[in-house]
Amino acid sequence: MLGDKDRIFTNLYGVHDWRLAGARARGAWDNTKALIERGHDAIIDEMKKSGLRGRGGAGFPTGMKWSFMPKEVKDRPHYLVVNADESEPGTCKDRDIMRHDPHLLIEGCLIAGFAMRAHAGYIYVRGEFYNEAQHLIAAIKEAYDAGLLGKNACGSGWNFDLYVHRGAGAYICGEETALLESLEGKKGMPRLKPPFPAGAGLYGCPTTVNNVESIAVAPTILRRGAAWFAGIGRPNNTGTKLFCISGHVNKPCNVEEEMGIPLKELIERHCGGVRGGWDNLLAVIPGGASVPLLPKAICDTVLMDFDSLRDQKSGLGTAAVIVMDKSTDIVKAIARLSYFYKHESCGQCTPCREGTGWMWRVMERMVTGNARLEEIDALEDVTKQVEGHTICALGDAAAWPIQGLIRHFRPEMERRIRARTEKLAAE
Amino acid sequence: MAMITADPKDVPQVASFTFTPEYMAKVQELIAHYPPGRQASAVIGVLDLAQRQQGWLPRVAMNEVARILDMAPIRVYEIATFYTMFQLKPKGKYLLQVCTTTPCWLRGSEAVMKACQHAADGEIFSVQEVECLGGCVNAPVVQINDDFYEDLDEASMNKVLDAFRRGETPKPGPQVDRQTSAPEGGLTTLKGE
Repeated sequence: MLGDKDRIFTNLYGVHDWRLAGARARGAWDNTKALIERGHDAIIDEMKKSGLRGRGGAGFPTGMKWSFMPKEVKDRPHYLVVNADESEPGTCKDRDIMRHDPHLLIEGCLIAGFAMRAHAGYIYVRGEFYNEAQHLIAAIKEAYDAGLLGKNACGSGWNFDLYVHRGAGAYICGEETALLESLEGKKGMPRLKPPFPAGAGLYGCPTTVNNVESIAVAPTILRRGAAWFAGIGRPNNTGTKLFCISGHVNKPCNVEEEMGIPLKELIERHCGGVRGGWDNLLAVIPGGASVPLLPKAICDTVLMDFDSLRDQKSGLGTAAVIVMDKSTDIVKAIARLSYFYKHESCGQCTPCREGTGWMWRVMERMVTGNARLEEIDALEDVTKQVEGHTICALGDAAAWPIQGLIRHFRPEMERRIRARTEKLAAE
Repeated sequence: MAMITADPKDVPQVASFTFTPEYMAKVQELIAHYPPGRQASAVIGVLDLAQRQQGWLPRVAMNEVARILDMAPIRVYEIATFYTMFQLKPKGKYLLQVCTTTPCWLRGSEAVMKACQHAADGEIFSVQEVECLGGCVNAPVVQINDDFYEDLDEASMNKVLDAFRRGETPKPGPQVDRQTSAPEGGLTTLKGE
């Protein structure tokens, strides 16, 4: 079990002062100059050794991502962009970092920016997080006033400017290239890759886009050492992680825990258990709306990390755990997610623009059983035609929850169709 | 599907729009965040400022934003219709944005939505269904103007609405006895031991 001494987000709940004085008392900005003096490559190496995998959902190794940036700055400046467009249903962890411990993120931006030879960074905050953005803006101002940002940041000799950029309501801008388009003042429509952002990102310049949590843990990793971080969790799934547990638990909450904690332990230790007891559990979506759900039998033993959940044909995603007890209309729960993806599709690629609407309409019929049995196969077939055939992963994200439902709850879908058919026949 | 247009029917005619000096200072500050020639990057922020000054976004405001940022007006209309936070019609004094995505739905957003719909008169309150607001461990969540009201049910939603009607601003955040996103009833971590 993770002890408080190994927790990075020690003001997760905002009990203490979020401003500079409070952050310093918790250890932030402590001799940041010395961290920077280790040099670009040493910092990236340490991040690689820590095993940190990106906390935004895809789990790509953060240190390796940083190393893709060009080794010297030529005619185009480098940019750091932080993805704070937290919109994946179930996920509300970056919100807590920004409103309760913004200096962890700001210090992380300086270090990450230096490591990738960037003199400017933008934090793209979803528009709805107005108050969170205000905390971040106030904290950045404090950092400038204290000489921690700007020219010769922290006395390191490195110049670094940091700006908050607010969005205005669009889930798709959480996709990194859509985010860059939006940051350039356009509609948030994803770009074809390659070129990848490290080659041509913001304004066509080398850019790295990282999740808030990935950046905010960097200073602590460097201070305490890669070995400390890598010693928590399991190989290839290291470190601590913010979990967001919502839905049918007695006490929904955010909590920082060890990667690989058993799902059952996470729910029972921190959330007061499933409403009505563990045996009242129906299913869990373990990593935000995009990942396939898991039925109770798998939840009994599954570990909460990238590889364990992938082995169960699901994923850790953003570690947003959505719990559903036996009172849940499971088909309706997934149909509501289908509506979400239909609403949020940017409309650029035909399989997604048309497919998300089509899948949602069929899912609505599945809720009432107003379908033919063979339409379940047709629905699954369409999810596979959307998956992998779009520029970005929104098409995949719309397909996976439905695939998970069919994989684990096909009998329930068939039952509804039969019940309705029989009812109509009897009338 | 409802058409989203930068020039919807049935909206009041607004003859002209200019930023007040206070708002113009904020506009200039935003533009300065971006490299020279990249002022279009500020478009979302400047449209947001226009909406804050006017209460909503009439087309003359979009045209003024286009002029200031040296963008083709159509590019600004695209932005104003792509992002859901831009209000293309006048709203009530308090905009109730009710999240009904699965995590909020699992915890009773339907009853909260009904309470809001009942209150919506178009003058004091307008109501909108929105997708995930990102406050899922405090579900159900309703955003009222800039603030999140959390851990709601029908009764506490009505209490919040009544307070607004009386001209008060009820305390945002959890409407149950709870420290932000921590588990209700006491911390399980960070107890300071």
